[in-house]
Amino acid sequence: MIIDYIPIILVIIVAAAFAGIVVLSSVIFGPKRPNKIKVMPYESGKDPIGTTHERISIKYYLVAILFIIFDIEVIYVYPWAVQFKSLFNDFGIFAFLPMFIFLIVLELGFLYILMKGGLKWD
Amino acid sequence: MINLIYLTVLLPLIGFLFNGLFGSKIKNEKIIGIIGSSTVGISFLIVVGAFIQTLSLPVEQRSNTVEIFTWLNVAGLNIKFAYLVDQLSLTMGLIVTGVGFLIHIYSIGYMHGDKGYWRFFSYLNLFIFAMMNLILGDNFLVLFLGWEGVGLCSYLLIGFWYDRNFEKGTTSQAAKKAFVVNRIGDFGFLLGMFLIYFTFDSLNFKEVFAKATTFPVTETTFSLIALFLFIGATGKSAQIPLFVWLPDAMAGPTPVSALIHAATMVTAGVYMVSRASILFASAPSIMIVVAVIGLLTALMAASIGLVQNDIKKVLAYSTVSQLGYMFLAAGVGAFSASIFHVMTHAFFKALLFLGAGSVIHGMHEEQNIQNYGGLKKYMPKTYITFFIATLAITGVPGLSGFFSKDEILWNAYANGSFVFWLIGVLTAMMTAFYMFRLLSLTFYGNERFDHHHVHPHESPAVMTVPLMILAFLSVVGGFVGMPKVFVGEHGNLFENWLEPIYKPAQLKLAHFGMHSHFEEILLMAISVVLALSAIYFALKVYTQKPEIAESVSSKFKGLYNLLLNKYFVDEIYEASVVQPIQKGSEKLLWKFADVKIIDGAVNGVALLIDKLAEQIKKIQTGFVQYYALVMIAGIAVVLFFLLFSL
Amino acid sequence: MPANNYEYFLLLPHIVLSVGIVLSILIEIFTRKGKEVLPWFSSLLFLFVGFYSIINIDKNFFIFGGMVEVGGRASIFNFIFNIAALLTVLASTDYIKKYGINYSEYYILIQSSVLGMMVMAMAHDILVIFMGLELMSICFYILAGLNRKRSSNNEASLKYFLLGSFATGFIVYGIALVYGTTGSTSIQNIFENFMQYFNNILFIVGMLLLLIGFSFKIAAVPFHMWVPDVYQGSATSVTGLMSTAGKAAAFSVLLILLGTSLSYSSPIVFRNYFSVIAVLSTLVGSIIAIAQTNLKRMLAYSSIAHAGYMAIGLAAGNNYSFAGITFYLAAYVFMNIGAFTIISLIEGKDETRLTLNSYAGLNKKSPFLAAMMSLFMFALAGIPPMAGFFGKYYVFFGAIKSDLTWLAIVGVLSSLISVYFYLRVVVYVYFMNENEQFEIEKSVGSNLAISLTGLLVLLFGIFPDSLMNLIVNFIK
Repeated sequence: MIIDYIPIILVIIVAAAFAGIVVLSSVIFGPKRPNKIKVMPYESGKDPIGTTHERISIKYYLVAILFIIFDIEVIYVYPWAVQFKSLFNDFGIFAFLPMFIFLIVLELGFLYILMKGGLKWD
Repeated sequence: MINLIYLTVLLPLIGFLFNGLFGSKIKNEKIIGIIGSSTVGISFLIVVGAFIQTLSLPVEQRSNTVEIFTWLNVAGLNIKFAYLVDQLSLTMGLIVTGVGFLIHIYSIGYMHGDKGYWRFFSYLNLFIFAMMNLILGDNFLVLFLGWEGVGLCSYLLIGFWYDRNFEKGTTSQAAKKAFVVNRIGDFGFLLGMFLIYFTFDSLNFKEVFAKATTFPVTETTFSLIALFLFIGATGKSAQIPLFVWLPDAMAGPTPVSALIHAATMVTAGVYMVSRASILFASAPSIMIVVAVIGLLTALMAASIGLVQNDIKKVLAYSTVSQLGYMFLAAGVGAFSASIFHVMTHAFFKALLFLGAGSVIHGMHEEQNIQNYGGLKKYMPKTYITFFIATLAITGVPGLSGFFSKDEILWNAYANGSFVFWLIGVLTAMMTAFYMFRLLSLTFYGNERFDHHHVHPHESPAVMTVPLMILAFLSVVGGFVGMPKVFVGEHGNLFENWLEPIYKPAQLKLAHFGMHSHFEEILLMAISVVLALSAIYFALKVYTQKPEIAESVSSKFKGLYNLLLNKYFVDEIYEASVVQPIQKGSEKLLWKFADVKIIDGAVNGVALLIDKLAEQIKKIQTGFVQYYALVMIAGIAVVLFFLLFSL
Repeated sequence: MPANNYEYFLLLPHIVLSVGIVLSILIEIFTRKGKEVLPWFSSLLFLFVGFYSIINIDKNFFIFGGMVEVGGRASIFNFIFNIAALLTVLASTDYIKKYGINYSEYYILIQSSVLGMMVMAMAHDILVIFMGLELMSICFYILAGLNRKRSSNNEASLKYFLLGSFATGFIVYGIALVYGTTGSTSIQNIFENFMQYFNNILFIVGMLLLLIGFSFKIAAVPFHMWVPDVYQGSATSVTGLMSTAGKAAAFSVLLILLGTSLSYSSPIVFRNYFSVIAVLSTLVGSIIAIAQTNLKRMLAYSSIAHAGYMAIGLAAGNNYSFAGITFYLAAYVFMNIGAFTIISLIEGKDETRLTLNSYAGLNKKSPFLAAMMSLFMFALAGIPPMAGFFGKYYVFFGAIKSDLTWLAIVGVLSSLISVYFYLRVVVYVYFMNENEQFEIEKSVGSNLAISLTGLLVLLFGIFPDSLMNLIVNFIK
């Protein structure tokens, strides 16, 4: 059993060793002449301002979460829509109803957010 | 009606819960009293219904089991909570609910104005609940449940006036004494029960009794079972050596003495022996023990009763003595006679206690008969009923007590020995003497109370009507059990009714003794004449020549003191049992064994675990990363072991 | 394939509850009266679903192609979950007002979590289990942080979420491995051919990861680290629900897994695993609980110990012990909710009165609460005639049946240790002098919940057979 995986383990070890050796050798053999600009955090060529622990407005977070609702919706609805014709031929109205219920529940979540004022920008 | 028998248990329970939970808030004595009494009254009607229904059934179908639910089903021990409705339980049920109902009614008047009125009625109902379980249970465990329940109620009611003094101590001490002494008996009963289960693999009456006749069980085993059960009975029914609690139980209110300590609970032991008749009949040696203990108790208690001055004390010793009679009957195999005496005794002894209560009520809580006298004209109804009860207990022909006592005495002679009979008659003479001494000192002669402070008066109708009903029953109650010598072989209705219950036991005992009718009538006549002469003597001494009593007591000062101090049994127990146990527990068990050894070990272990806990607690650091690490470590260990174990 | 109408009808409890959740949301967003309406609406909902399930316990079928089981065992669990939720709602209406966290979402989340549990209890398919588990867990994560103004709540919620997701990760990985090796997610299929997969290490690792994930949910050592912090930090009524119904749901899954493996008489591979878990949990839970003075934290460790006792039944792995666990869960639900309700009454507005000291002389303040607290403590300690005793008794007896007497002895010993900290509460309640004065605000709902739980604890203790027979008949 375990024997079968030994090649994989070997590959992992070799890869890790190779990467490690390369990185280490540059640390060991490479010349080090640090100055102020060199040790500065990389910020697309600009001078960094403030700390790295920047606070982000919660609004972004909300939008990101709300997006998930529609994300999931698409995951389910898209394959269903593609296959709808053949499904309808096989099951009739039962091909339609479950998705209908699913969308109602989903929209209920959206409605909840809307009524609770989750989308008010300020 | 038979199927409704559970209501007779349920209703008093409801009454208890209602009065117990809401009684203190109702404050209306009428509502409390009516609820307390009516639950028992309805129970009585149901028992009557079940009785009539059972009577209409053919003899072989008269034993019915009513299953309520499965109580326990553990590892082969299957206990059903079921009620056995048969001749014996119905008889006892009629007595308990019938007399109980009358006493409830009486209590409405007697307890009037007491601050614990609601408590009293809820306890009484609880008692009826427990007593009905005791009687109706179809196995030893349900019986035991009721057995302990009535013990608890007895304890609660003896100490009902917990703030009053009683003799040298308090009522609580009297209650405690009753409870502890009863527990000693219960210990025996429990052992008996274990042995029954061990031997017959069941606790159900029908199964155990059926197996008792078929199983190959040695007589030693039977003797042990019967002995243990009898020890239980001596505790509950106040027999030697455990009778000491009953006189002290008089600390409770008088209706309690009438209901619990005269009519019903104390006869539970007789009932149990009678129920388990086959187990006793299979152990002849223990039967003799039962008879002898019963006889000795009867004699001893009667002799103490001769000199007591507290009206309730006299009656208490009289109860102990009469219970002795019942065990004498059971011991000689006359189980139905013992139950018959339970019934008649319930009538006249309840009546005596209630009458005594009426007197105490009218005399402002005075209980010393030396301070009574001439009360006849003040309380005529109480007097007449009390007089009837006195006649009944002394065995004056025609009244209930005569029939039951005569049956016992005759059986003692026919199935026992002449000595049994002789001591029995001697006891009957003493009974006649002390009862008429009591009657004379209370109702006849000079008025010895203080007219300025005490104004004797008759009790209200709510108290006297139950007295009259009980008086009626004391007169006619005996006619159901007329001696065979008068009414023929099948004329004794009571015995015919109970006969199927005792059939196995009677087959085992198989009495052969043939005795002539002449013999029976002769013995009966002798005992009647002796009792009557004792009555005459008592009346003579205590109404006309009180100086005789004084001269006798001063002449036999030693004997008199012995009797007055109840043979010093309490003192002997105190010195030989109570003190050593108390000292032993305190010095050896408590201060040394418990504190030093057990507590030391326990505290040591606890301290160790405590310290351990304080150390392990530190694992919980509060850092989520660390928690996740522990989880990973756990999973790693599990997988590691898995890989190596496969 | 669409199921026939009858199959949908059998799912009535779940459908009713789902529609109830939708209605609750609509009530909240359109009428804005959710706070007043929802306590009663959800109580009725739980009452109906619970009793409807238990009444239809006879209709025991596998539907949707064997994916879910209705009636029977699932009914018993539905009953437990719904009654637990009902009691929690009853007990907490005033509590959450007191804390100013009277959001209608509280009720909606409880409803949703109960739906999740019900899905778990009926599932016979690993994916359905996972669906229910996530529905329940996510609701709990939010409920734990209900009092968002309080940092302890946020901490509890976040810890629970992080570690919970961590455990969920293992469950998913386990599911993936099992599916990968067997090609099926149906528990029946998996155990039918158990011997065939038995030697495949990936399959065993997958199963083990699945069990480990649920060991986390039942709070067994060494996967228990989250429990004390989360139970202590969350709102007390939520802790009551999490520690009882949540645990019961996780156990229902373990019972399905092991029960199915039993019915195909597969070898009991996981006995050693559960034995170790059980020993560690009972001992660690009981011993650390002794060092706690905060009652919520103490009960958290007690909950770990109780998980251990129940795990003894899992290790025993026979029908009797499984029935015993179910009985134990029912008993545990009632006694624990009772205890947490009393704690929620005592603790006061600012969560200060949680230590044992606040219970000193409780008898003088409220004899009722004192008596009931003692009742629950005795029950948790497993002293007859309380239901807790018979829970332990059945489980230990099951262990002895499987020749695991040593495990039963360990269980008895550690429950002996546990008596110490349970009875310490009773000692404080009755024998200590009060050292602080405060008013206990009681309400009808909480009194009702306490009385009901107390009654049930006594009832199941005096007549254990009534419940046990029902369970034995339906746990095959």
